Amino acid sequence: MKIAVLVKQVPGSESPLPINSDQKWVDESAVSYIMNESDNYALEEALQIRESKGEGEVVVVSLGPVRIQKVIREALAKGADRAIHIQMDTVSEVDPLSTAAYFVNALEEENFDLIFSGLQSDDVGMGQTGVLIGELMNMATASLAIKTEVGDGNIKVKRELEAGWFQWVTLSLPASISIQSGLNTPRYPSLKGIMGAKKKEIKVVEPNKNVAKQSLEKVYLPQSDKQTVMIEGSVDQMVEKLINAFRNDIKIF
Amino acid sequence: MKILIILEDNNGKIHRMGLESIVAAQKIAAGLNATIGAVVFGKNADALADEAAHYKLEEVVKIKDSLLDNYSADGYAEAVKQVIEQEAPSYVLFGHSYQVRDYAPKVSAKLMKPFLVDNVAVKIANGKAVFTKQMFNAKLFSDIEPNGDGPYLISFQSAAFSSEAANKGSAVIKEVSINLDSSMIKTESEPPFKEEAGGLDLTAADLIVSVGRGIGKEENIPIAQALATALGAELASSRPVVDAGWLPAAHQVGSSGQSVSPKMYLALGISGAIQHMVGMKGSKNIVAINKDPEAPIFDVADYGVVADVLELVPKLTEALQ
Repeated sequence: MKIAVLVKQVPGSESPLPINSDQKWVDESAVSYIMNESDNYALEEALQIRESKGEGEVVVVSLGPVRIQKVIREALAKGADRAIHIQMDTVSEVDPLSTAAYFVNALEEENFDLIFSGLQSDDVGMGQTGVLIGELMNMATASLAIKTEVGDGNIKVKRELEAGWFQWVTLSLPASISIQSGLNTPRYPSLKGIMGAKKKEIKVVEPNKNVAKQSLEKVYLPQSDKQTVMIEGSVDQMVEKLINAFRNDIKIF
Repeated sequence: MKILIILEDNNGKIHRMGLESIVAAQKIAAGLNATIGAVVFGKNADALADEAAHYKLEEVVKIKDSLLDNYSADGYAEAVKQVIEQEAPSYVLFGHSYQVRDYAPKVSAKLMKPFLVDNVAVKIANGKAVFTKQMFNAKLFSDIEPNGDGPYLISFQSAAFSSEAANKGSAVIKEVSINLDSSMIKTESEPPFKEEAGGLDLTAADLIVSVGRGIGKEENIPIAQALATALGAELASSRPVVDAGWLPAAHQVGSSGQSVSPKMYLALGISGAIQHMVGMKGSKNIVAINKDPEAPIFDVADYGVVADVLELVPKLTEALQ
């Protein structure tokens, strides 16, 4: 069983996001990066499948500049066997068809049985890369997976629908699955894993050429038409003002 | 110029996000002088077509094919691809539902046309449409434009438009046929099922205290519960709290949980990820307490308090008692 896990490095939820003066992107030098949350779950799911089968290979694949090797190393430390780094500058890259094409180009000759990706990235949040790659490679696809069961030549996936509904879908291999957060408990790297990761292979590949089919015009701070009343002061004053708002404005008692 | 809306079936009725995309289509059509067609398919296609025909659209395109009776990503993507080829629209609009996330990217790959997802607004300028999308978990907004020739696939976030704003009218229903073959469908689906939500119906709650990742750890949940009890409110949460196992899934508000509209929604340590906001934006009054002044929850809040939940909430509870 050969599994590719697509991993993205994204700004952490507490990271500053200063907008550049040309309004085309954020100032990346001020950003602190982490592994995208749902990708972390996808990686854990792949590692658990390899462990339960007692065989196979988990290959982490990532697209971006040199800085992303930090999350690649993290994935290797957690137990991925090797990595492919499609090295390119991805500033204000918002075209999922191009992103998918870069991955297809790097994945094609590897003949993976499964491609796992996180449901969506916590930066641009296009939420379609895994399905696009599967379709472009003529694989079966499923998104919003919250449970997986690998069978003989197939994978059964529990998919999340809306409002508390679910559905089991069986896909013959090869297949591309987008993983929803929360389906397992991602591990932390062990000291042995961190040491071992240094010896694992990171294959750096050049991106192929693609023409962007959608582009970012500008980024800006949210414009809210809502008038938010900010409640300020000492903790005791805030408590008093909140209770006044509950009583006199929202009228809950 | 033509706009095509793909309407989703919700047990024989048009999915709410489908009605919202009718509003989006009517707005774009007015700005770009376009006509609108709505596409319905699946086992309830007749009922959906009748419902859609009461809106101000040029026509309703109905597809009946037994391979579309039950959802499959391959079948739906192929059907939508073929109807796009037949109808030749410039824009194809979807609601950004879970079903659309599962199959619409396949249509994009089949046609090699862009899919601009999860938009919250559209602006028309110089004869073209520019779409507004939230990024970085709603901390920033972005304007995105499709490049090259259409059709462009566009989805709108839940509640980006109010379904009540859809203009009524009467549309002609036209039935079209497509060529589907069972060999095109690479997956086998079992019937959808609902999991017991533990009997907690947050949709009827008048007051909700909701807790997010900012509560810090499972041991702090009783602090939020105490406030809920003091207010006579139900306790709810965002997804990360459920994923971490701090509260059962029945408490979850958001796109994968319950959608609520209480008189007051008091958000404790909730940053305001898109997936959460779509489930609570309809609340009459939103009060947010969060120590991060940049948290997107403050953009939708009526009352905002920048404070440490763990410090403020026990005192608030005490004062209420």
